[in-house]
Amino acid sequence: MSTVLRLASITKSFGSVTANDHVTLELKEGEILALLGENGAGKTTLMNILFGHYAADEGTVKVFGKTLPSGRPRAAIRAGVGMVHQHFTLAGNLSVLDNVMLGSEPLLRVRSRRAEGRARLLALSERFGLSVDPDARVSGLSVGERQRVEILKALYRDARILILDEPTAVLARPEALCLFDTLQSMTRQGLSIIFISHKLNEVMAAADRIAVLRGGRKVAERTNAETSPEELAELMVGSRVTRPKREAHAIGAPRLVAEDVTVHLDSKPALKGVSFTAHAGEILGIVGVSGNGQVALGSLLSGVAAPETGRLTLEGREIGGLGPRALIAEGVGRIPEDRHAEGIVGELPVWENGVLERLATPRFARYGFVRRGAARGHAAGLIKRFDVRGATPEMRIRLLSGGNIQKLILGRVLAAAPKVIIANQPTRGLDEGAIAAVHAELLRAREAGAATILISEDLEEALSLSDRLQAIVGGRLSQPVAAGEADSRRLGLMMAGVWEELGNAV
Amino acid sequence: MRFERRARVPWSLAVAAPFAAIAAALALSAVLILAAGVNPLLAYVEMLRGALGSRLAVTEMLTRAVPLVLTGLAVAVAFRARLWNIGGEGQFYLGALAVAWVGHDLISGLPPAAGIAVLTFVGMMAGALLLSGPAYLRLRFGVDEVVTTLLMNFVVILFVGLMIEGPLRDPLAFGWPQSVPVDGAYHLPDLIPNTRLHIGLLIALAAAGIVWLIVARTVFGTEARAAGFNARAAEFAGVSLPRTIIGVALLSGGLAGLAGGIEVMGVTRGVTTTMSPGFGYAGIVVAMLAALHPAGVVAAAVFVATIFVGADAMSRATGVPSFIADVIVALALLTMLVALLFSSYRIRR
Amino acid sequence: MIESLDLLFSASLWAAVLRIATPLIFGVLGALLCERAGVLNLGIEGIMTMGAMIGWLSVFLGADLWTGLLVAAAAGALIGLLHALLTVPLGLSQHVSGLGITLFAAALAYYLYRLIVTVGESPPTIEPFRPLDIPILSDVPFLGPVLFAQTAPTYLALISVAIIAYVLARTPLGLAIRMTGENPHTVESQGLDPTLIRIGCVMAGSALMALGGAFLTTAAFNSFFPEMVQGRGWICIALVVFSSWRPGKALLGALLFAFLDAYQLRLQAVVEGVPYQLFLMAPYLLSIVALILVARRARVPEALMTPYRRGER
Repeated sequence: MSTVLRLASITKSFGSVTANDHVTLELKEGEILALLGENGAGKTTLMNILFGHYAADEGTVKVFGKTLPSGRPRAAIRAGVGMVHQHFTLAGNLSVLDNVMLGSEPLLRVRSRRAEGRARLLALSERFGLSVDPDARVSGLSVGERQRVEILKALYRDARILILDEPTAVLARPEALCLFDTLQSMTRQGLSIIFISHKLNEVMAAADRIAVLRGGRKVAERTNAETSPEELAELMVGSRVTRPKREAHAIGAPRLVAEDVTVHLDSKPALKGVSFTAHAGEILGIVGVSGNGQVALGSLLSGVAAPETGRLTLEGREIGGLGPRALIAEGVGRIPEDRHAEGIVGELPVWENGVLERLATPRFARYGFVRRGAARGHAAGLIKRFDVRGATPEMRIRLLSGGNIQKLILGRVLAAAPKVIIANQPTRGLDEGAIAAVHAELLRAREAGAATILISEDLEEALSLSDRLQAIVGGRLSQPVAAGEADSRRLGLMMAGVWEELGNAV
Repeated sequence: MRFERRARVPWSLAVAAPFAAIAAALALSAVLILAAGVNPLLAYVEMLRGALGSRLAVTEMLTRAVPLVLTGLAVAVAFRARLWNIGGEGQFYLGALAVAWVGHDLISGLPPAAGIAVLTFVGMMAGALLLSGPAYLRLRFGVDEVVTTLLMNFVVILFVGLMIEGPLRDPLAFGWPQSVPVDGAYHLPDLIPNTRLHIGLLIALAAAGIVWLIVARTVFGTEARAAGFNARAAEFAGVSLPRTIIGVALLSGGLAGLAGGIEVMGVTRGVTTTMSPGFGYAGIVVAMLAALHPAGVVAAAVFVATIFVGADAMSRATGVPSFIADVIVALALLTMLVALLFSSYRIRR
Repeated sequence: MIESLDLLFSASLWAAVLRIATPLIFGVLGALLCERAGVLNLGIEGIMTMGAMIGWLSVFLGADLWTGLLVAAAAGALIGLLHALLTVPLGLSQHVSGLGITLFAAALAYYLYRLIVTVGESPPTIEPFRPLDIPILSDVPFLGPVLFAQTAPTYLALISVAIIAYVLARTPLGLAIRMTGENPHTVESQGLDPTLIRIGCVMAGSALMALGGAFLTTAAFNSFFPEMVQGRGWICIALVVFSSWRPGKALLGALLFAFLDAYQLRLQAVVEGVPYQLFLMAPYLLSIVALILVARRARVPEALMTPYRRGER
């Protein structure tokens, strides 16, 4: 088999951070290579260099024996490289055909050859079994369909090397299996594929060869046959910061209870009759593939959305639709799903962000005026107690790293000693050190008797923290299972909506 | 070499930015003055002399600055909360008209101080109500307030024309379209005798102080700023967006309406459709030169007033068209935008 | 009452509609082109003022009418370039920059005008575009005077609608423009430069706006005077929303607005006892009503007013 792609000694740094440190990688024709590594290991940067989004500081990219000029996506496309981004780069207001054809014709052609384009798209979708409607508007497509459009877009440009960045992050298990089938059939037709992942089992299942990145370096390369998930885990993580463990302890009385709650978002039902009970001193994990109602659940529990029907009670008092301020007053602490979009106002200083959600309380305001001394002192306390590195109360919060922003948000929540904590994707996108810190704080709050709802797409996290778990699928919740009776396989099935036959609820 | 966002813009740079912007605007405008066949330095000296060269000139300039402080504050308050109030001109006129209407004979007999207080409130209410319309349309229907406030400027000026040719026409103005004047008892007292400078200057300065307190120190001001920067996060933190936006609209519209009311009570007595040389639009420049800071608004208003008053005198002396003032001021806005951008970055090697 | 209805059947009304619509068509097309690429251009009012002044000035100084239009368009493109540089590579607030451009362009136009025509002088006139009077066709009753006896720039405006509509919908360039307004990162990942596309669109759009202004001084009237644009630019911004960013609907919106304007002008003469200001207000108020009607349904280009920075998401 000939080498179709060769990355030689690629180095790239952003400021003081070295994202890629002399990484060398080869891809053979007709092979599926997995690029395995944790968040922040440098996988995406490496692929962005290959595709020309970034220019490398050092090193060369050779495709079919020819060196690519750096920093030029167009050259990569011409050479036959296609990339499927993790966050799809599609325009929702335009049609599938528009999205696929963009950039495939000379810009100054006086008439776009749409009929030919459509025929070609349909032929490709037939050949690779990726069915799409060329005239559908992208905003109306499901996540899986959008991914198909992205792949077709690459194939339309005669891509012979396909790069997929975390392709299964947004897919349910059956969809993911289907995707890997498609990829296999593509390699049989002569394509070569790199996919980026941090999931061991899918790497073992789908890849011919596996390259492991850690801290910007390639630490190992194995063929599928010569390695095991255990070895890969060790290679990927290295000497990892140990995540704190959940200790068994007695669970208290019911705190937060939802009974048959329905929530509408944009006047469409997004939560359909969900019920759960979170007890004092318990972490209740809600697991699921993204887009299955987590947003509505988070909005409901944060006080941003009100229940259409059903009851949501805290220690017996109705709290559905109270609004954020009243919820906080009732003792609910909220960690938002998207910390940059919802958790902070980036342009405001750390101290204002530290008190924004409790700005109207007597502790931080008097006669409508902000008690700046108290607020600043509070922020300084949070920074110290929750080890928010590099922060001062006066500094604009957007200059902090994601992990430190999350620590501040967590501190803001925990400092109020909440009865209930809503933790929505609390560690998404954080590095290992920050994850361990967040987990430790959540477990400490559990020890102290808080009832926690942990909404997470990360199975490992959900399994290690939760006392009980429920799966969210299509806006419905499964029956809860005890952590001791759950494993990845069973949770995977639950997340695919196969829970009725599993029975034996807790 | 690359650019990097600063954690905080140092004081020195924040103060230097508007001066750099003004210098750049003056330098660019010099080319146009040259085109008129006049030495730019000479023209600028004439301009300074016209605005600051005598006691009378200074008082004229300050008289001109009063409405600019208020319309500048109106814009600063709104833009801080990302409410794009471009309707300052209309709010100015409606405030002026309301004050002339109420102040002519509806409240005669009140003690002057009380009457002035009532009229001040009337002017604010008129402007506030006018802006609450577009604010409501944005909240209820998602209509962009830029376009609605802009269009309302034209509607209000036509409305003013209608009123001063109809029900509020001044019969003593010899057919010149002008509204009935405010009752003499409620004219704002002169600050300096024998000049046009009136105590509206003190009202404007007080307004700047109060606005600063509101935006920098109160819960409402903090919430409005948060909502402006990131509406979703503010909402997540429990800030009510409708309440904030309406509150900001009332404050902003009120300030612009107050500007009109004070101009009527202090200077023009009656309303005409040409009483504002674009105070509402100039307020945008004032606010941006001040980087939306209330204290800066006062300084920026003085600068803009200096240019306008000075340009008139300079035009008489040198023949350079007085529109050069509008050019300088508009250029200062654009250069200030650039200066603000550069002052928030630093160069790393 | 009967009279006001009779007005609807007069050819002069409908001829006026096309004439009044022409600057709006140019303006709304220009604004639409900018916004389709993702840039709000509130400089429109000033750019139209500048176009009006430069168009008139060029002819006044001896250029022929078409050269006047060309020079006006070039001036518009230059001012557009300024707005584009401030908002695209520098990423400054499109609102504030646009307003600054309007203030600047209008002030500059008045200043330059005053360099030539001093205060108190009556505005000098030029020989404007004449109605074409297309032989035979213009003699057709009713339709003739309405459709075939307009000035040449009116036909240019109509042709521009067709060209812009075709380019946006049917050419690879148009697709790239639309995509730049929806998701510039996609454009970049296909190896095209969204920054250049945006700058180009703002320049071309501004040139169209300036043509709209120039129509006022070279065809609708025969001289330049301050405040002559009278908010037409702002109305165009409203019309773009009303048209859901589609050139065909934009033409329709401009015609509808022009119809209201022409009709109210004629009604003023017929209906007595109503102050003329109320008639003049109607078009502005109706624009606001139109915005309310479409606002919720409007399919705004997703990246409108979002600055694009390479490598940032």
